[in-house]
Amino acid sequence: MEFGFTTAVYVVAAVLFILSLGGLSGQESAKRAVWYGIVGMGLAIAATLIGPGSGLWLLSVILLAAGGIIGYYVAQRVQMTEMPQLVAAMHSLVGLAAVFVGFNAYIELGHVMAMGHEEREALEGFAAILAHKSPIEQSILRVEVFLGVFIGAVTFTGSVIAFLKLAGKVTSKAEKLPGGHALNAGAAALSVILLIMFLNGAGIWTLILMTLLAFFIGYHLIMGIGGADMPVVVSMLNSYSGWAAAAIGFSLGNDLLIVVGALVGSSGAILSYIMCKAMNRSFISVILGGFGNTTGPAMEVEGEQIAIDADGVVAALEDADSVIIVPGYGMAVAQAQQNVAELTRRLRAKGKEVRFAIHPVAGRLPGHMNVLLAEAKVPYDIVMEMDEINEDFPETDVAIIIGSNDIVNPAAQEDPNSPIAGMPVLEVWKAKQVFVSKRGQGTGYSGIENPLFYKENTRMFYGDAKASLDKLLTQIS
Amino acid sequence: MPEALTIGTPKETFPGEARVALTPESAKQLQKLGYSCLVQSGAGAAAGFSDKAYQDAGVEIVKTAPSLWKKSDIVTKVRQPNEKELGYLNKDKTLISFFNPGGNEEGLEKAKAKGANVIAMEMVPRISRAQKMDALSSMANIAGYRAVIEAGNNFGRFFTGQITAAGKVPPAKVLVVGAGVAGLAAVGTSTSLGAITYAFDVRPEVAEQVESMGAEFVYLDFEEEQQDGASSGGYASVSSPEFREAQLAKFRELAPEIDIVITTALIPNRPAPKLWLEDMIAAMKPGSVVVDLAAERGGNAEGTVPDEKVVTDNGVTIIGYTDFPSRMAAQSSSLYSTNIRHMLTDLTPEKDGQVVHDMEDDVIRGATVAFDGEITFPPPPPKIQAIAAKPKDKPKELTAEEKRAQEVAAFKEQTKKHVTLLGVGGLFMLLVGLIAPASFMQHFIVFVLAVFVGFQVIWNVSHSLHTPLMAVTNAISSIIILGALMQIGSGSYLVIVLAGVSVFMAGINIFGGFLVTRRMLAMFQKS
Repeated sequence: MEFGFTTAVYVVAAVLFILSLGGLSGQESAKRAVWYGIVGMGLAIAATLIGPGSGLWLLSVILLAAGGIIGYYVAQRVQMTEMPQLVAAMHSLVGLAAVFVGFNAYIELGHVMAMGHEEREALEGFAAILAHKSPIEQSILRVEVFLGVFIGAVTFTGSVIAFLKLAGKVTSKAEKLPGGHALNAGAAALSVILLIMFLNGAGIWTLILMTLLAFFIGYHLIMGIGGADMPVVVSMLNSYSGWAAAAIGFSLGNDLLIVVGALVGSSGAILSYIMCKAMNRSFISVILGGFGNTTGPAMEVEGEQIAIDADGVVAALEDADSVIIVPGYGMAVAQAQQNVAELTRRLRAKGKEVRFAIHPVAGRLPGHMNVLLAEAKVPYDIVMEMDEINEDFPETDVAIIIGSNDIVNPAAQEDPNSPIAGMPVLEVWKAKQVFVSKRGQGTGYSGIENPLFYKENTRMFYGDAKASLDKLLTQIS
Repeated sequence: MPEALTIGTPKETFPGEARVALTPESAKQLQKLGYSCLVQSGAGAAAGFSDKAYQDAGVEIVKTAPSLWKKSDIVTKVRQPNEKELGYLNKDKTLISFFNPGGNEEGLEKAKAKGANVIAMEMVPRISRAQKMDALSSMANIAGYRAVIEAGNNFGRFFTGQITAAGKVPPAKVLVVGAGVAGLAAVGTSTSLGAITYAFDVRPEVAEQVESMGAEFVYLDFEEEQQDGASSGGYASVSSPEFREAQLAKFRELAPEIDIVITTALIPNRPAPKLWLEDMIAAMKPGSVVVDLAAERGGNAEGTVPDEKVVTDNGVTIIGYTDFPSRMAAQSSSLYSTNIRHMLTDLTPEKDGQVVHDMEDDVIRGATVAFDGEITFPPPPPKIQAIAAKPKDKPKELTAEEKRAQEVAAFKEQTKKHVTLLGVGGLFMLLVGLIAPASFMQHFIVFVLAVFVGFQVIWNVSHSLHTPLMAVTNAISSIIILGALMQIGSGSYLVIVLAGVSVFMAGINIFGGFLVTRRMLAMFQKS
């Protein structure tokens, strides 16, 4: 039985999804774009429920509604600083769903294969599609199922670990089991062998064993990646969840699944690429964890870190005409975005030019800082990307660094031996004065000494970012 | 612990020298380094520091020079020591002073014979770290200031323009030749007195500094690549004859309207270049003043007599004094003694009154001209390069053709890349098509097209919306729910359970993803 109607709706939905992603090119059109996505999803589900998925539709609706209520609750409650965790958690759900659906496809296939010819003709829905497959199509189906389950499983455990890391429930340090990447490679090789056995009809145990291996790979891979690389990891998992959906789409012969999976997959891939480029590291080196090899001893840092108190910062801000604020993960940790926004409002009210400089990998999620600042009602047209604002630092009176470190490290440009050499950084040290709000004297995530803190025009404003800003706000009216 | 060393400062013997190498202020600081200080009676008198003031600062007064030299382990001085003073040296003594090592071979030999260590203050390398002990700069600064004051003293008019009840006064025009430390100080003083100030230097990179002080930089119409001062340690070097001609022509053009000329042009280890020639002086208005700060090295102006003030036939005053810093002895003593104090700080890393003469240290090595019975002049080039980092080689201006050629090359390169990619991709598709059945290929084409569309669309997503993008893609990747919906109705209980759980999870994702995206986007506001 063909569902011409369903296919037509799928086409509409696919177009809507593409428009929805395309609309994200600007803040205003994005508000419309979400609706495209929502309508697209609604149409697709409705058409499926009426058409090929009509069996047990009531159960489907109930389950969907139950899930929806939880989703609604979560979406309303989540703090903007917790966005990275939320996104990671949601990826894990997609991954697990892909695993289940893949398993189902295989079970169903076996089920159908066991039937006689007449029975097959009488089947409806998904089973009917399976029933009409030729032997070679069936083995392709097996490959697709296998792939879908594999990617889905890696996405699931990987996202769970990413979620735990981002939520601070496991250490955000890179940790590996003894054996390191050899373990991953071994597990992957074993999976390939299992695939061959699976194709030759070795039975469901190969699929189950492979799933367990893939779970392990996902776990171990992400455990080995440190906190500051999380933007890459999260977008990579985003990409995987898309590819998993596409693979499942192949095995189910569902074009909409393929299209959406491919869209999401390529979106995640591009994001990962942008993030890697912003750190001047290859994707491989991020995944393999740790920083690249240094070619020599790091440059000696001369001078000392000079501390300053709130009065000094206030005096400098009062005198300044132009201010650029560079937020980082530390601002998110200290929940200081409201104070930053308040400071911005007060300074702007005095006629000063205040802008924000956002490095692509600031925070733990692509675009994380933008969302936090937007939440605190900082207008988005004063929030600039690195490329837009980097040339303005020499004409800036005061640059304030709040909780960021490596993304403002001049060693990336000055010291060819630095592990981050060549990474694009915000050239804050070119501003006339630089204030660094920082907890203490330690190094950043990468453990690299930051010569910025020792520059003559840099003053260290020690303390928790939120408390520090509170002190400033009491003195600036 | 060895006994703390003693620092002694004799009275300057050079006639007319009013400066002193130790002030009560610097003595206090030196005592903090663990040294004890001596000063010859009356050493500071000419600079306005009485013996009493020294005593109050804890300095012991010594009557005569010989006994001071005898008692001191370290002697600090201003002027190059004379024959007699060199005679007091021995191998346990360190002398810190101006020494003119380039033109004082005799003195070097004598110091070597005596085995004393000599630190020549003019040899402090010009690097950032050593700026605080750069006595040449602090003296030059004073000379530049004083040059303007002397000029004003001999100039019968105001510097600044005024409109008074008794008539209009035009502002004076001042030309400063050579924008080194002294030149810049002169520029600063002159502009703050209100004169219209011009400055010239062979190093075009100082134009910015000149302009930042409110003067106008005199540019030459000269094509030849102008020299880069950074390569010669921040000093000027000899220029080509053509350049010199262009320079003189410019001066000739300026001479009739300039009221005051201050020349500060020096080239290291050479006589001062003649830049302000007789005909220019002749072209100047009566009453004009030329101050030649290079007089000690022969002068930049023709007609300069060192240490004298002469008036030419057409009424132009040429001042050739060589003792400008000494004319401001209080100021120059306090700056010089601070320079010395910084040098001693570097020589006393432990602050325990013991000198550690570290010949590995760039600054100390550079300034030391005699050490342990050896002459150590001239020093090796400093490890750290001079003041300004070399400007990066500017990318060459491309001609239109070159640009065009480059564009074409880039275009070809890109086309090549595209074609290769397309070729490999196409080949791969063909291979897949040969093996896979038609039903698979249909889906595969959809897949490839979707990836393609995805790449095109996502590149346009604005950076700031990456988080909402992830949330949306998250929500729509729950499209996998379609698979679960199709499976839930057909098959065994196991299938139903698995599919049911999938539907439930996807449901969370769909609602959660879209709602949180909407929440985020609603927050983005324009100012």
